[in-house]
Amino acid sequence: METFLLPWRSLRRSPSFTGCDMEKKTVLRKPKGFIDVYKHKPGAEKDRTHYCPGCGHGILHKLIAEALEDFDLVEKTIVISPVGCSVFAYYYFHTGNLQVAHGRAPAVASAVSRANPDSVVISYQGDGDLAAIGGNNIIQAANRGENMVVFFVNNAIYGMTGGQMAPTTLAGQKTTTTPYGRNVKTDGYPIQVCELINTFTAPVYVTRTSLHDMPNIRKTRTAVRKAIMNAKEKKGFSFVEVLSMCPSGWKKDSLQSQQWIKEDMIPRFPLDVFRDISEDAEAVERPVPVMDPEEVKKIFGYSDFKAGTIQKNPEANFEKVFLRVSGFGGQGIMSTGIALANVGMEYDYNVSWLPSYGPEMRGGTANCSVKIQEDMIGASEVTEPNIIIAMNQPSLEKFEKIMVPGGALIYNSTLIDIEPSRNDVDIYPVPITGIADELGDTRVQSMVSVGAFAAITGLFDPEEIVRLMPSLFEGKPDKVLRMNEEAVRRGHNYVTENFSV
Amino acid sequence: MPRKLMKGNHASVYGAILAGCEAYYGYPITPASEIAESASTLFPKFGRIFLQAESEVAAINMVYGAAGCGQRVMTGSSGPGISLKQEGLSYCAGSALPCVVVDIMRGGPGLGNIGPEQSDYNQVVKGGGHGNYRNIVLAPNSAQEMCDLTMLAFELADKYRNPAFVLTDGVIGQMMEAVDLPEPVSEFPDKSDWAVKGTDETRHLINSIYLDHDDLEEWNRELERKYELIQKNEVLVEEYMMDDAEIVTIGYGSSSRVLRSAVDMARENGIKLGLFRPITLFPFPVDEIAKLPEAGIRGILTVEMSTGQLVDDVNLALKGRMISDLYSRLGGNVPSAVEILEKISELYGV
Repeated sequence: METFLLPWRSLRRSPSFTGCDMEKKTVLRKPKGFIDVYKHKPGAEKDRTHYCPGCGHGILHKLIAEALEDFDLVEKTIVISPVGCSVFAYYYFHTGNLQVAHGRAPAVASAVSRANPDSVVISYQGDGDLAAIGGNNIIQAANRGENMVVFFVNNAIYGMTGGQMAPTTLAGQKTTTTPYGRNVKTDGYPIQVCELINTFTAPVYVTRTSLHDMPNIRKTRTAVRKAIMNAKEKKGFSFVEVLSMCPSGWKKDSLQSQQWIKEDMIPRFPLDVFRDISEDAEAVERPVPVMDPEEVKKIFGYSDFKAGTIQKNPEANFEKVFLRVSGFGGQGIMSTGIALANVGMEYDYNVSWLPSYGPEMRGGTANCSVKIQEDMIGASEVTEPNIIIAMNQPSLEKFEKIMVPGGALIYNSTLIDIEPSRNDVDIYPVPITGIADELGDTRVQSMVSVGAFAAITGLFDPEEIVRLMPSLFEGKPDKVLRMNEEAVRRGHNYVTENFSV
Repeated sequence: MPRKLMKGNHASVYGAILAGCEAYYGYPITPASEIAESASTLFPKFGRIFLQAESEVAAINMVYGAAGCGQRVMTGSSGPGISLKQEGLSYCAGSALPCVVVDIMRGGPGLGNIGPEQSDYNQVVKGGGHGNYRNIVLAPNSAQEMCDLTMLAFELADKYRNPAFVLTDGVIGQMMEAVDLPEPVSEFPDKSDWAVKGTDETRHLINSIYLDHDDLEEWNRELERKYELIQKNEVLVEEYMMDDAEIVTIGYGSSSRVLRSAVDMARENGIKLGLFRPITLFPFPVDEIAKLPEAGIRGILTVEMSTGQLVDDVNLALKGRMISDLYSRLGGNVPSAVEILEKISELYGV
């Protein structure tokens, strides 16, 4: 372990402070939250940071690294470094590290925290990253109350890219993209992020501190430790905004920079504890998934499935079904098609069901394509139906035109009072809505259609369909099942009594 | 084997559960919303993580986070959402993070419409985001394959530590078919040598920055070698009536379903038409297509619901020895078998 001399007294209570004997020199070592040798940092200087002289990042890094060691959290901490000067935070922290896209640290951290709920997740972000490009991500993570700490370094400028305007740039402040000073009439006002975060219900700790002098560094230290402790105890979302010097970006020396924070930044960004409800906050527990294939099979009901076991009718009137069902939205058009596809599947046919899709699905009309056949199904859209079920007049007019000769045209004679124009297809007027109404619920008309379809095609036995009811109407009360069973029988009987099939 | 009638979109979520997907992060968009809805219903039943992200951008970055922690993770979207995810996908590829993305393509460009199209081909198959990278791209054409290929996508993503796409269109996503549910996956790869798990031993770095030019070049070369390996090992195709075919149609996703019908109709009329369907779009079946000119084929027609994206890859594979013709429908229109046969008759005089 490398040791070196540091002038700071603020670290006195840290266990990393190893010398208190007056006989010896006061020796402070690098806290264990830091990597001893910055191996990820390119170049020869593996013992110092990439930050400029007078920059606040190093101080905040140190406060974090020290707290992680003191609370014995180094191993279970994950630091998220997005884009900006903090992009290289991973050079320094001896933790798990994810380097991420500009502004996205809170989104990444949300998933990291859910994947590793026992870890301490730190999102370390600058002002351009957090308040400009990542504005939505920080708002939403705060609002969800994610178990994480956000350290928000506000230095009123884009440091990494060379000193452009940030959302926190002060009114009148000169940057490389506001060479005449930030004009609030065109560029807006510096965003006060703590005040914004404090409008949400979920965050437990929201504070703004500064690094411009020793008393404020001590206050920052307190805030850092509190926020990290909150994360350790899974108290939810803690937000620490830190006003920090950027001498290079501000074109000032270190002392001028400290002075500028005090005199110019703090009036716009007042230092305060905006919220602290961490004492009363309950731990947010988010269990991690456990993979259990047996549990998966149980929940998906692997043992109950019995598909494709019903004997096919060799005498059926149709070998292949290319069906188009159509009508108003609400007439059970989709359910008719799905029920028929389901029944076909139980007879071990290849089946497909395709809803009217695209512009057609709006505007109150609905239709679907159903294919039922022995061979593999190619296109699922039925362009040349051999059967149609038309529940209203517009559907009859539209789909009878595209039917192939010799097909079966079933229409809802309760609502359609015109005659079909085709004379080369078999025509079955069935009072589908009327039968359903007689049964006491218009909604059972889809199963009336299913019954009529079964009778006309000879493909399905109505009693087999009735036996499938519990799976077709999974979770529905018995009364609904009974009514739909009756609907199938009535639809079927109406056809056999009125037509020769 | 349990069988269930379900939409392609739902089948994909079943596949994810069976593959041991631990987390779903997504954002609603037609015609892919059933994926998020179905995940929100099913994932909690198995104690898995579902979160509706604030944006497509957030969703893919959550995927990045979960993948970085070693979870099997998935998101789903459609064209406009995939465009937004491209930066995040580039980061996933650059940091070598395995993840699965389902893209249910719709009409574009811009807001386009919600009808089926295949115009995301280039943005998904060619990489899409910045930098030199490829996605593994699987192209199901049935509800069954939506389940099976989603499972395979998880396997390949982990095998190569790379994003894997399930790329299909609104027709396959919205269509219901019988799905035989395979056995759930019970063995998972050990990712502790790179994934960040919040423990002493897993203090790894997930990262795509290489400041040193030589380092970044070397990393790109390593990615390049990985893509060559994928190209060599993972190509999947389906051939239908190809043995004696004189004319070949090439298509994927829902167009390949129509092409199957077209082949059946052509055969009834004595036309020797065959179907060649790439199941993997990256890796693209370059060698298999390159062999077509030697097999007595006199015409190749690529059919796609985009203006010549797939056909470019077909023609690159043919290396000028033959040139594939193109038939395309757009804007939500799906070609019919009849119009494809008319085109074949017009082009090849059959």
